[in-house]
Amino acid sequence: MSEKLELPGVTEWRRVSPKYVVVDIVGLLISAVVSCAATAILPITTQVAWLWALPAIIAVIFLITLALTPRRVRSIGYQLRDDDLLFRRGLMFQRFVAVPYGRMQLVDINRGPVARALGLSELKFVTAAAASGVTIPGLPAADAEELRDKLVALAESRRAGL
Amino acid sequence: MSSTPPEPPAPGSVSLGQPSLVDGEWHRLHPATPLLRGGIALIVILGIVVGNLRDTLIQLVVGGGERGPEDPLSLIYERGLTGIVLAAIALGLIAFIVGFYFSWRMHSFRITAELVEVRSGIFYRTNRKGRLDRIQGINIARPFFARLFGAAKLEVNVAGQDANVQLAYLSSANADALRKEILRLASGTQAAASPTPVAAGGLVDRRVAELLAPELDPDAAPPASVVNLHLGRLIGSLVLSGFTIFLLVLVVGTVVIISVTHELFFLVTFAAPIIGMGSYYFRKFTKSLRYSIAGTPDGVRVGFGLLSTSNETLPPGRIHSVQVSQPLLWRPAGWWEIRVNLASKSSNNGAASQANTSILPVGNLADVKKVLELVLPGLVDERSIDLIERGLTSRGGDDGFVNSPRRAWIIRWFSWRRNGFAIEPDAVLLRSGAVWRSLVIVPQARMQSVAMHQGPLLRRLGLASIIVHTVAGPIQPRLGAVDRDAAIGFFTDVSAAAVLSSARDTSHRWRSGEGRSNGEVTA
Repeated sequence: MSEKLELPGVTEWRRVSPKYVVVDIVGLLISAVVSCAATAILPITTQVAWLWALPAIIAVIFLITLALTPRRVRSIGYQLRDDDLLFRRGLMFQRFVAVPYGRMQLVDINRGPVARALGLSELKFVTAAAASGVTIPGLPAADAEELRDKLVALAESRRAGL
Repeated sequence: MSSTPPEPPAPGSVSLGQPSLVDGEWHRLHPATPLLRGGIALIVILGIVVGNLRDTLIQLVVGGGERGPEDPLSLIYERGLTGIVLAAIALGLIAFIVGFYFSWRMHSFRITAELVEVRSGIFYRTNRKGRLDRIQGINIARPFFARLFGAAKLEVNVAGQDANVQLAYLSSANADALRKEILRLASGTQAAASPTPVAAGGLVDRRVAELLAPELDPDAAPPASVVNLHLGRLIGSLVLSGFTIFLLVLVVGTVVIISVTHELFFLVTFAAPIIGMGSYYFRKFTKSLRYSIAGTPDGVRVGFGLLSTSNETLPPGRIHSVQVSQPLLWRPAGWWEIRVNLASKSSNNGAASQANTSILPVGNLADVKKVLELVLPGLVDERSIDLIERGLTSRGGDDGFVNSPRRAWIIRWFSWRRNGFAIEPDAVLLRSGAVWRSLVIVPQARMQSVAMHQGPLLRRLGLASIIVHTVAGPIQPRLGAVDRDAAIGFFTDVSAAAVLSSARDTSHRWRSGEGRSNGEVTA
């Protein structure tokens, strides 16, 4: 029996663009290089051999994360239900969030340099609670804008106080 | 910030038929405002300067003694610059007074049926408007010095950081009346305003009466606070706090170290915490003195403070979550503390730097029930009160809460029996902790979103954690180690209930149903 979290009756998740894998990998590679270089300064300057273990461990962790990236990106999903936005992400660390449309304070669309080159946008749904943290990455730019307009319209029709 | 030219009072503004501050016209603040806001600093600086030059002044007048050549006063005196310096000082003083006067003249506020607006500044004009239906609370703070002048600071809190509209300072009696009027306008009630009582007697009598008056105005609240905080209980709660344990550990540690090393030098490490301790206890103590809490038609009113007082009214539906907790040391005495999450951050922790999130510093079970009745009006029937009581004191088992399964003991050693949730029609209750007991109650109409998480360890155990997101505050409503299926059920039910409750919620205009039909409701 699977002990994973699944919502009963919710099967049709809308997935993000597969191209987002590239954005994720580029981001991971940059942070891998930076953190390996930072930890490698110590063994280089002190010439103590076992200190190389630190950058080595970090490199291995990053390799595993990189290998899992396509599956992790596939795990990101969202769904517009009647009255709330449902969002999920994560393989090892699963996370499900449901936000009523009326709780929306604003919607952000962000585009990083790599994402822009691939024509992708990131949509951020902001509520009064900082912890809500619903950020849908890897949406094709046109879809993201359409989704934003739709969310704003839905929020307007279901406006609630704080 | 926007700069607007000073405009004439809006024509055709609402008039209530009596001289009132809420007539939509522009009003000025208390005349002592500049002195209270900045002038005190000037007096202090003058005091320091005079104090430092005192010796020189005495020598100048009395003569004798020896003056150093580098002494500024004697330099001025010997070079015959006395007149110029005196003129400069006089000019500076006049500039200050004129500046104060104009800053007072330019600082004005108005309150209309829709918003409260403040404009201020001589060169940089500031104009701030707050919408009345967005009010999260109104706080009246009376710092000790301002109380001597019969002045009070009124702060209209709206959601967000640094988003408060401050009216500093008003005359003390005005502040209370104004708060009542603003709340009446904001509540959306159609009932007519009741006349404002005018304090009688001479100036001194009024001042004395204001200083001694309890932090409740008898007109708008039931006469007595629902909870009386005994002095003994307050002191006891401080002595039995976690900080005291830390202090004891420190004392024992220091004594051991000194007896081992015979170095008295280690006493130094002890000195700083002792000084810190004094101010910590003093602050906690004075802020909780004369604590009062009472229900009014316009929400809960909480007052604090001995010399500097603070008194906040929270309209209904402004409390985003409530936590009742009990540290281990308080358990023999049966004491509890209640804290709340609010959307607004009151910039003035004025009354002895109190955090305005502690709504009951210490109280027994009966006090807790009375306060919860005020802050959660949806949970007053017999069954919910019963449930809350079980949520506080029950050891677990089949008691109306959905508790963690037995296999959760690996990550909740002592509390797995007690670690659970309950869903009520109006609120969600999260119970946790066997050593440090705590019950978090989140009104469904105030939830921002619901989440559930599961990491590798929880997955192996068939568990998950659930989180309810509210506005930022001292409380983070979350529950770990819940059975997987129960968590999924919670997520499904609560996300549906949150939508329904927020659609039904009308607390932004909390009395909008009132007063239309019967016309006259006592405010």
